[in-house]
Parts: sequence; structure tokens; C-alpha cells
Amino acid sequence: MTLSLKKDHKLADLFLQAKPESAGPKFFSDLKSKARLVLEEVGFPTVKAEEYKYTNISKKIADSIENPGSPSPISNLEKVEALRDLLDSIDGYQIITNNGIPEEALSDSPEGLFGLHHFTDLDASAIQEIGQIEKPENDAFSALNTFSFSQGLRIDIPDGKILKKPLVMVHYVRADENGACVYPRIFINAGKNSQASVIELTVFLNDETVFVNSVSEWAVAENAHIRHYKLQDGNKNTLEVHNTGANIHKDATLTSVVLSLEAGMIRNNLSIDLNASNCEGNMYGLYLLNGKTHVDNHTNVDHTQPHSQSNELYKGILADHSRGVFNGKIFVRQIAQKTNAFQQNNNILLSEDATVNTKPQLEIWADDVKCSHGCTTGQLDEEALFYMRARGMSKESARALLLYAFAGEVLEKISIEPFKKYCEKLVHERLGGSY
Amino acid sequence: MSKDNEILEEFTSKEYEHGWSVNYEADEAPVGLNEDIIRWISSKKEEPQWLLDWRLKAFRHWEKMEEPTWPNVSYPKIDYQSLRYYSAPKQKSKPKSIDEIDPELLKIYERLGISLNEQKRLQGIAVDAVLDSVSVGTTFKDTLSKLGVVFCSFSEAVKEHPELVKKYLGSVVPATDNYFAALNSAVFSDGSFCYIPKGVRCPMELSTYFRINAANTGQFERTLIIAEDKSYVSYLEGCTAPQRDENQLHAAVVEIYAAENAEVKYSTVQNWFPGDKNGKGGIYNFVTKRGICAGDYSKISWTQVETGSAVTWKYPSCILKGDHSIGEFYSVAVTNNYQQADTGTKMIHIGKNTKSRIVSKGISAGKSQNSYRGQVQIMKRAVNARNFSQCDSLLMGNNCGAHTFPYIDIHNSTAQVEHEATTSKIGEDQIFYCNQRGIDSEDAVALIVNGYAKEVLNQLPMEFAVEAQKLLALTLEGSVG
Repeated sequence: MTLSLKKDHKLADLFLQAKPESAGPKFFSDLKSKARLVLEEVGFPTVKAEEYKYTNISKKIADSIENPGSPSPISNLEKVEALRDLLDSIDGYQIITNNGIPEEALSDSPEGLFGLHHFTDLDASAIQEIGQIEKPENDAFSALNTFSFSQGLRIDIPDGKILKKPLVMVHYVRADENGACVYPRIFINAGKNSQASVIELTVFLNDETVFVNSVSEWAVAENAHIRHYKLQDGNKNTLEVHNTGANIHKDATLTSVVLSLEAGMIRNNLSIDLNASNCEGNMYGLYLLNGKTHVDNHTNVDHTQPHSQSNELYKGILADHSRGVFNGKIFVRQIAQKTNAFQQNNNILLSEDATVNTKPQLEIWADDVKCSHGCTTGQLDEEALFYMRARGMSKESARALLLYAFAGEVLEKISIEPFKKYCEKLVHERLGGSY
Repeated sequence: MSKDNEILEEFTSKEYEHGWSVNYEADEAPVGLNEDIIRWISSKKEEPQWLLDWRLKAFRHWEKMEEPTWPNVSYPKIDYQSLRYYSAPKQKSKPKSIDEIDPELLKIYERLGISLNEQKRLQGIAVDAVLDSVSVGTTFKDTLSKLGVVFCSFSEAVKEHPELVKKYLGSVVPATDNYFAALNSAVFSDGSFCYIPKGVRCPMELSTYFRINAANTGQFERTLIIAEDKSYVSYLEGCTAPQRDENQLHAAVVEIYAAENAEVKYSTVQNWFPGDKNGKGGIYNFVTKRGICAGDYSKISWTQVETGSAVTWKYPSCILKGDHSIGEFYSVAVTNNYQQADTGTKMIHIGKNTKSRIVSKGISAGKSQNSYRGQVQIMKRAVNARNFSQCDSLLMGNNCGAHTFPYIDIHNSTAQVEHEATTSKIGEDQIFYCNQRGIDSEDAVALIVNGYAKEVLNQLPMEFAVEAQKLLALTLEGSVG
């Protein structure tokens, strides 16, 4: 990703002033000064920047975030009831962040299963890896997070460890008089031959406007298999920018599923480097939008070595004035022969005022590869509707059923049963309700 | 290197055959670009004041513009002041018919395989031959004028049909549209003008043949095609240039206006000098082509076979304004050696029930880079718009690149838009299959490439299709693998 020269400096300066460079290990102050330089140079992206052409999140932030500071920690988090049933049914290891700051006391850290460390407690070698996968120069918001986070969390899954229960990461967010900007920062290191599933949820404790800017970095070592699920179901006042970077090694797999339902505006940047042979990156996404919700998924897969594989499927159903943006990049480098890369984006528009902007992009320098992308935008099949109507289904339920089948292709990628059920229920409500 | 790499290599390394140049006496503008040069060109062509003003306006705007950097191509910065903006073969007097044209000039075209001599032609194709900056002759004028079809050089049109030129010039590609269109608007020297009146189906293919001969000259021609209600025309464009070490700039503009029920078919076989094997020389082909389906039920179809040029930057587009109008784009772009191509199309759906179809086939060989860049835009009031896009890339050898940048912007829920793209290489199994059946590897590659490009080649008029097939084989000669 190249940084554009079209920039919004005023806003960047505002954010730079809001957070003084915090003290800490020298490595952090160096990283943060680097992030500051990037932000000073590129500013916040405007619509003139190619990567943010359809998503004017900078303006949205400028218009709705009055205080660029961060809120103070929420008290009595343990008493929060939101999502309680879901969390109980999943029965995973909970990892809690409180307005972006890891909450050690409330997080599970069972001895011997995985390690949980604050960034500031890391030893010299572990700390060096922070900011190397998702570099601040990749994206202005990645730089903003790097500059602004005050504490991060590193999760280490030891070599050979197969976690039977999923890790459930819950971000609790609530704006207060100190500010409305939250910067979760995660680094996950999956050791050789390890396996784990991670569910990421965000709980917005009130309807006030908040800006969540997260960065997560995934180091997936040889033959590790990681599944990552992210549910984005906030409210119409949430602004979110998530940068996720992953580095995949030999024989390893990373599967990412992102489900976006309710928000003001969301931008997801997912970038996967397939840095060895026989590794695999899977990216799935589903966005069901209504109102004025705007969701932008940018994905970037870089095949740098021979014999790697990537699969990508993003699907969207857009109602009302909502907008869906998809940009999928696949790079196949010259030596990455025998690459298989597939990418698909399908959209259904349900209203006159909904918009889709999609840009599936392939850049290929190797000749012995199989790469394809497909992208469609359309409506429900009239004949299928008629078929169901002829069998006595109401128009509404026939429509809902067809839409549900469309969404189902992504939902079935979720392999944790209670979580899948929960997502299915949300999708059902969506399709039965406003559609 | 494997056996089929060798065959590929052999297959793609054939030299450019139109690389010769001829010395003739030329009338040239001084080197450089400023308002005086534009006045000089304008007065040389005895243009009316409004056209000079139009040129100057474009030039003043151009001066404020920046050369675009977004295309996926790289080339050394062009020094616009070191170019010559006008070069014309000296002719003693304006020829009234083909017989009066300097035989030397006719010979140039004969050598290219294009005879301007009407009697000798078997097929009825009317040709407007453009050498460097000016049109040297147009054939079959009389036959066409009986039907009311105007087909002549641009300068002639300015003199004889000023009202048409004034009305449509810049109506599809405004003078300030983009950097190269603005430059062209300021300095364009000649080009073809074509007007098909109401209800006329043009009985023959109209064709322009562009040839750059002079060194250090930029070629800036401008083509304007106007198809009135219920008319039809098929238009061909061909081009070659001598082999020279330095790069030459070609910045053309093509505008097409299609009224109600009109159909325009525009085919290009672009074979400018692509530079030598080491990437030295070659033409920079920075062209703006756009058509507007202004009337209901109109249709514009672009077909292009791009084999030449060192750097190509070209997006023939359709604005589908009329209801039920149709836009088509068929393209084969072949790049070899150090060629770079960034080409594609734009389909802007404005009217109701508009349809567009994009078929783009890219073939990259050698050390070339081939990009497809396209946009499909469905505007809010374009109810029931339909688009199908397919862009495939074929890679030959592992030093080339294929890139796809499709933009799909949909603002209407009734739109049905499909886009698909694939990238692959010619399989060893496919070549083996042919070998088994007694087809040697080189022919096998030609066969497979032609089959791959067939969907596009089928759209070309017959005479061009044959030429294009040969050209494909030639361009790729020596690159099998």
C-alpha cells in the first residue's frame, strides 16, 4: 500500500496533540515517533486518496468526534450484562479490554495454555516484533493507533498447543468526558503446530459517538492453524477502523471471518502475507447493512513464495441508504509459481438508495498460477421467488429465505457452534426485520 | 529453460516489420510548444478564429495541469518543449483526386499494404491516410458524398462543414478532459471527420491509416464521428511508425456521437513501433477515446487489437445516456519485451435499460507489463442496467506481469453487474495435446492464442481480422513457454 499525498493535516495534528508521546521502553518511544512522523507526513486520508476514495472516514471523524482524547477505564465491568448469554454459551477463555486497555483482572489466563502479557511487560526480543507485521507506514490509521495506544496485549500460544476452547476477546467501549477514541492493540503469536480459534467482539456500552481504531498483528508459525472471527454489531454512532496484519509461515493457515451488521462507518483493512510455501489464507466477510451504515472492506493478500493458496469470499446485502465498499488485492510475486488465488464479491442491493463500490484487483508477476476473481451485483432471482410463492410462502418469508441462503455461504465458515447460532440469529433478525 | 520456454522465446522475438522510414520534403513547425506555435499551426491550416480560441483555451488549461501518474506504467519524463508539434509532407498544391497525390507518398502507403488507388481495390474500403500531422488523401469520396456521407480530413471539415465541427468538437471529450486530451486539443494537426446523415447505412468500411514518419515529432490527430438517427457506420483505424531509437509521443483524441438508433463500430489495430528487444525507442501511445450514445437505442462498439507502442495508456469509453443504448468493448492487448500497456474501458450507464459488455484479453510476454483498468458505473437513474465484464490475462514466461484494476460503482438496485477475471498460462498439456496431433509447438501457441483472443477478433471486420491474427502471431513470435 502506498501512502497518498492527498491528506488532511489539520485533523492529524489534532490527534497528535491529544496524546503526548508516552514514556515506556525505548523501543516503544522509537516506534511511536516513527508513527508520529508518518502521520505528520501523510495526515488523515481524504477521498482523493485512492485507498479511501469511497470512504470518507476522516470527514466523519472530524464531524462527529469532538474530543480526540481517550475515555478513562469503565468501572464495574464485571457487572456488565451485555452479551452475557452468548459468552456463557461459548464457554471460552475470555480476554477483556476496557476502552482499549487490557483488563488483566477480568481476563482468563489458564496456566500452560497460553501466555497473556502487557506490551510493557515484554522482554526485549518479544517487544521487537510489535509493529513489524502491521507497520505504521502501511496506513494512516495504523500509524494513528501505533502513536496513540497506551497499552497493548500480546497473546502467545505455545508450540504444539491445541486450544480446545476458543479465545473470546471482548472490547468494552464507552466514551466519556475525557474523549471518545479507543485504541485496542493486540499481537498474537501462534507457535509451531498450534491450533486456536479467536472470537473478537466489541460491546458499546452506550449510544454515544465513539471512534475505535484497532491494530492486530498475527504471527502464524509453521503448521499453525488459526481461525479468527470478528463480529461488528455496534450502533449507528460507531466509527471503526481496524487494521489487521498477518504473517503466515510454512504449512500454516489463517482463516478470517468478519460479520458486519450495525455501525456508523466501518473500515476493515485486512492484509495477509503468505511468506512460505504451502500456506493458506482464507478471508470471508458478510455485511448486512441498513440505515446509513457504511462498511468498507479492504483486503490485501501477498503471495511471495511458491505453492501458496488464498480464498476470499465477501458478500453483502444492502438496504436503505447503506453503502458497501470492497477492494480486494491479490499480489502474486514473480517467484510465487503454482499459486492458487480465488476472490469473489457478491452484492445484493435492496433499495434505490443503496450503493456498492467494488474493486477486485489482481497483480500477477508469475506465469504458472491460477488466479481468478469474480464480482456480481444484482437482485433476488424473480423465478426463485415465484417458485416459493407458488408453494404457499408469503412474499416476505420467501425473500428472507433467499437472502438467508445468500448469507449462509459465509455464515457456514464459522465452526464454533454457539457463536454460529448467535450470528445466524442476528442475521435472521436482520432479514426478517427491516428487509 | 524448458523446451516450451525456448519455443515461446523464439515465437515472441520477431522484429517489427514496419520500421522503415522515407525521406520526403516536409513542412515543419519549430521545435517547442507555446501560444505562438499554436497560432502558427492554426494559421498554417487557415483555421477560423473560434477554433484558434478553442485551442488556446485548451493550451492555457493544459499548462495548469499535471501529467497523470496513476497509470501502472513508467517512462522517463517527457520534455514537451523538445518536441515538434507539426510536420507535414510538402505538396505543391492541394490534390483534387488520388491521381494528383505525390507518388512518393502513395508509395509509403503501398509499402504498408494500403493502396490508396481506388481502382485497384477489391474491397470497398474508403481510406483517409494521415502521414505525420496531415491527411494526404481520402479515397472513395465521391461515392460516399452521393449518400450524403461526409468523410474527409479534419482540416477539410473545418473549412467545409464548420457548423458540424463547431457543434460536436469537444462535446464528448472536452478540451480540458485530461492532460493528454488538453494537449491534443491545443495542438492537434489533422485527423478524420466522418458524418453519417439520418437513416444512412454507410455502404463501406471507413478507415483511417496513421503513419508517423518524421523523427522527433509528436503526432496529435483528432477523429470525430457523428452518426445521426438510424445510421450505421463501421470505422477502422490502423497505425504504424518507423523504428527509431528515441521515443515518440502520440496523443490522439477520438470522439463519437451516436444519435437515436444509430450504431457506430470502431475498430483499431494498433501497431505503433513498440521499441526494440531491449526496450529502446517506441511510441508513447496516450490516447483518449470516448463515445456517447446520446440517443435512445443507440450503440457504440469499440474493438481494439493493441500490439504496438512502448507505453499504451488508453481507455475507449462509452457514455450510455440514451435509454436502451448499448456499449461494447472488445480488446486484445499484447505486450512483449519491455512494452507496458495500461488499457481498459469505462462504461457509464445513465439511461434506462442500458447494456454494456466488456471482453478484455491481455497477453503478456517477455518483460512486459499488461494492465486492465476499467470502470463500470451505474448511475442512480439507470434503471435495469446490465453489464457483463470479462477480463482474462495470459502470461507467457515468468518475467512479465498482468494486472487487473476493475472499478465497479453501483448506485441503482435494479442493476445487474457481473465481472470475472482469470489469469493463467498456456498449459504444457495443451501444447502437448497439439503436438500429439502433429501441430508443432509454435503453431500450437499461435492456435491457442488465437483461440483465446477469438471472441474479440470475431468482432473485427474481415480484412482486419486477418491482419490482426497475423499480427498476434508476429508480436508473440519467439515467446512460447
